[in-house]
Amino acid sequence: MDGPAIEAEGLVRVFKKTRAVDGIDLVVESGEIYGFLGPNGAGKSTTVHMLTTLLPPTAGTARVNGYDVVHQGPQVRSSIGAALQEAALDPLLTGREHLRLQASLQGMPHDIRRRRADELLHRVGLSEAGDRKVKTYSGGMKRRLDLALALVHSPRILFLDEPTTGLDIQSRTALWDEVGRLTRDDGVTVFLTTQYLEEADVLADRVGIIDHGHIVAEGTPDELKASVGRPTVEVVPLDAGEHERAAAIIARFGDPCGSEHGVAVRLRSSEADLAGIVRALDAENLKVEQLQLHQPSLDDVFLAKTGRSLEGAAEEEEGERGGLAMEPA
Amino acid sequence: MRQPAAVIAPLVFPILLLAVNSGGLKAETQLPGFPTNSFVAFALAVPFIQGALFSTMNAGTDLARDIQTGFLNRLTLTPMRRLAVLGGQLGGVIVLGLVQAVVYLAVGLAVGVRFESGPAGILVLFAFAFMVSLAFGSLGTLAALRTGSGEAVQGLFPAFFVFLFISSMNIPRNLIQVTWFRDAATANPVSYLLEAVRSLIIVGWNAEALALGFGICAVIAVIGLSLSSWALKVRMAR
Amino acid sequence: MKTLAVARGVAWRTLHNVFTNPSLLIPSIVFPLFFFTAFAGGLSRIRDVPGFDYPLGYTSFQFVFVLLQSAAFGGVFTGFGIARDFEGGFARRLLLAAPHRSGIVLGYGIAALVRWFFTATVLTVVALAVGMNVGGSGVDLVGLYVLAVIMNVAALLWACGVAMRFRTLQAGPVMQFPVFIVLFFAPVYVPLGLLRGWIHSIAVVNPVTRVVEAGRGFLAGSPTEVGFAFGAGLALVLGFSLWAFRGLRKAEAAG
Repeated sequence: MDGPAIEAEGLVRVFKKTRAVDGIDLVVESGEIYGFLGPNGAGKSTTVHMLTTLLPPTAGTARVNGYDVVHQGPQVRSSIGAALQEAALDPLLTGREHLRLQASLQGMPHDIRRRRADELLHRVGLSEAGDRKVKTYSGGMKRRLDLALALVHSPRILFLDEPTTGLDIQSRTALWDEVGRLTRDDGVTVFLTTQYLEEADVLADRVGIIDHGHIVAEGTPDELKASVGRPTVEVVPLDAGEHERAAAIIARFGDPCGSEHGVAVRLRSSEADLAGIVRALDAENLKVEQLQLHQPSLDDVFLAKTGRSLEGAAEEEEGERGGLAMEPA
Repeated sequence: MRQPAAVIAPLVFPILLLAVNSGGLKAETQLPGFPTNSFVAFALAVPFIQGALFSTMNAGTDLARDIQTGFLNRLTLTPMRRLAVLGGQLGGVIVLGLVQAVVYLAVGLAVGVRFESGPAGILVLFAFAFMVSLAFGSLGTLAALRTGSGEAVQGLFPAFFVFLFISSMNIPRNLIQVTWFRDAATANPVSYLLEAVRSLIIVGWNAEALALGFGICAVIAVIGLSLSSWALKVRMAR
Repeated sequence: MKTLAVARGVAWRTLHNVFTNPSLLIPSIVFPLFFFTAFAGGLSRIRDVPGFDYPLGYTSFQFVFVLLQSAAFGGVFTGFGIARDFEGGFARRLLLAAPHRSGIVLGYGIAALVRWFFTATVLTVVALAVGMNVGGSGVDLVGLYVLAVIMNVAALLWACGVAMRFRTLQAGPVMQFPVFIVLFFAPVYVPLGLLRGWIHSIAVVNPVTRVVEAGRGFLAGSPTEVGFAFGAGLALVLGFSLWAFRGLRKAEAAG
C-alpha cells in the first residue's frame, strides 16, 4: 500500500452537546506502532470507533489503508483487525468457536478457518483452553482471545483499544511481546490506545497525547520527553551536614532545583553525565547515601501540555464523565 | 412497588386479556348451559386472579433483590421480628392487590357488569382480593427466601401461567369436553379461586364456592407464611 | 458472497446458542404446545356454537392459529437475542467483523426460520398425534407453512428493528406486545363471522385476520382469500424490512 496506513483530518465527534473528539489530525505510517495516550474520557476510544467504522464522524475525514471510513466501510473492515476495550465475547461459545465464527464472518474457506484457529490459539497460548466455553476464561485469557480474533484474517492494520487495562504484569508483558512481534515480523501497523505511560513508552514508535478531544503533543517518546526538559540528578549525602558541599559539587553539571531529601540539579544537556558526577563526588571524598538520575517522563509531557498530571486527569475525567451517559469510554 | 412497570404491568395485561377474550369468546355464551349471557361478567374473575399471580412475582422479585443486595441482612440485624419482616414485604403486595381490585371492578362496572351479590358482594370481593394477594405473595416470598435469586422467582412465571390456563378460566368446568383437561381443571386450585369471584358476580351468594375460594387462599397463605418464616429463620442463622 | 458468509456465520452462532441452551430452546417449543393444549383442549365445545362452520373440528381450527403464533413469536424471540447481543457488546463485534453488515440481519433471519422449523415440526407431530384432521392437499399445506414463514420473517424484522433502535433487552415488551395484540385481535377462538361488536370491527381491518383465515382454509383444503393473505403478509415483510434496515443504520450511527 502506498501512503500512510491511517490518516485523519479535522476528525470530530459530537455526542449531544459534548465534543468527544474535537478536530483531530493524525498520520500513522505503515509498519509503525502509534500510541494514543490520554486519560479516561479524553476521546481515545471514540477516535478508534470512528477509524474502525463503528461510529460515523460528525465532521472531518479519515482514511484507513487508503479507504475512506465513511464511504468505503466494507473495504476498511476487511483490512483491519480490532480488539476493543471490552472484549465482547459470547460466554456460551468456546475460544475455537469464536475464531471460526470470526473467520466465517470474513468469508474465509472452511479448511483455512480450522487451520487458522489452531494457529492463533497456539500463538496466544490458548491451545489447551480452546475448547472451553469463554465464560470459564480469566480476564487475561479473554484479552488474548480478543487479540487472536483481531488477527484472524491477517489484517494489515491493527487497532488495540486499551488492550492491557486490568491485566496482571505477566499478561501485560506477554501482550506487549506479541504486539512487538507483529510489527517486527509481519509488518502490521498498530494503533494502540492506552492510559498507561509505561505502555506508550515501551511499545510505541510514536505517541500522540490526547486530552479533551484534542491532540496536545505528538512525536517519538524521546522527542516528547526532550521537549519538556532535561534529566535531573539528586544526591543525598551520608552526612546530613554535607548538603552544601554536595550542592556545590553537582552545581558544576547543571542548574540547582528542588529536592525533598538531598540536593539536585537539572542537567545542562539531555545526555546524562552520571559517571562524571560520580567521579567529581569521589574526588572531593564526599560519601553518598543515594544518587539518582530522573529522566523526564511522558507524565511530565502531559503535565507541561495540560497543566495536570495524567493520573490526576484520569480521576478528574472520571468525575466529569459521571454525567455523560452517551459518550463511549 | 419500587418500579412503575411493576405496578402498571399487573394492571394493564389482565385488562387487555379480558378485552381480547371477552370479544373473541363472546360466542361461547350461546352454548347450552353457559351460566350467563355476558361473557365479560363471566371473564371478569380472571384479572383478579391473574393480577394476584403478577403480585407473586413482584413480592418475590423485590425480596430476592433485597437478599442479593444484602439489605435483608441489614434488616435482620435490627430487633425486628421475622413476621414483621415478612409483613413489611407483603404489605406492599396486598395494597397493590387491592388497588388492582378497584381498577378491575371499575372496568367491569364501566362495561355494564352487574354484581348479582350487590354492594355486600363487592365488600366480600375486596376481602377475597386481600386473601389472594396474601396467599400468592407468601409463595413469592417463599421462593425468594429459598433461592435468593430474582431470576429463579421469575422462573416460576410459566408454572403459574400453566395453572391459570389449565383451569376454568375461559369456560365453566362442566362445559369442558376433553376429559383430561376437565380433570386437570377440577384438580387445579386456581379454578376454585376463579369460581369464588365469579359466583359473586354472576350467581349471587354461593356458600360452597366462597368457602372453597377463601379456604384455599387460607391454606396457601398459612403454608406460604409458615415456610417463609422458617426459610427466613434459616437465612438469618447463616 | 461476503454478505452470505456473514449471514451464515451469524445464523450458525445464534442457532448454536439456542440448541445448546435448554433455557433458550425449551420456551419456544413449550409455549406453542401449551397454547395448543389450552385452546384446543379447553375450548373444544366452541365447535357446538351455532354458526361455527369449520369442517375439520376445533383442534385443527386452533392448530392453524397456534402455528402462526409460534412463527411470529419465534421471530420475536430471535429479536430478544439481537437485543441481548447489543446489550452485551457482541453486536459491536459483528458490526466490526462483518464487511457487509446487511448480512447480520439476514443471518438473524435465517436463524429465526430454522429455529421455528424445529418448533413447527414438534407442534405438527403433536397435533397429528392428538387427532388433528387435515383436509388440504400437499399444495395447500405448503401454502399454510409458507404463510407461517412469512409471519416469522415479518415478526423477526419488526423485533430486529426494535432491538437495533433500543439496543437493550429492556425493549423486550416493545417487541412482544404489538405482536401479541395484532395476533389476538384476529379471530383466535371463533371464525371471523362469529365475532361481534368492536372486536369484529378491529379483526376485519387487521391484516393478520386474512392470514389466519387463509391458513385455516389451506388446512381444510378450501383456500379462501389467498391473494389477500399473501399480499398482506408480504406487505408486512416489506414494511418491516425497511424498519429493520433503518434500525441497522441507527445502530451503526450510535456506534
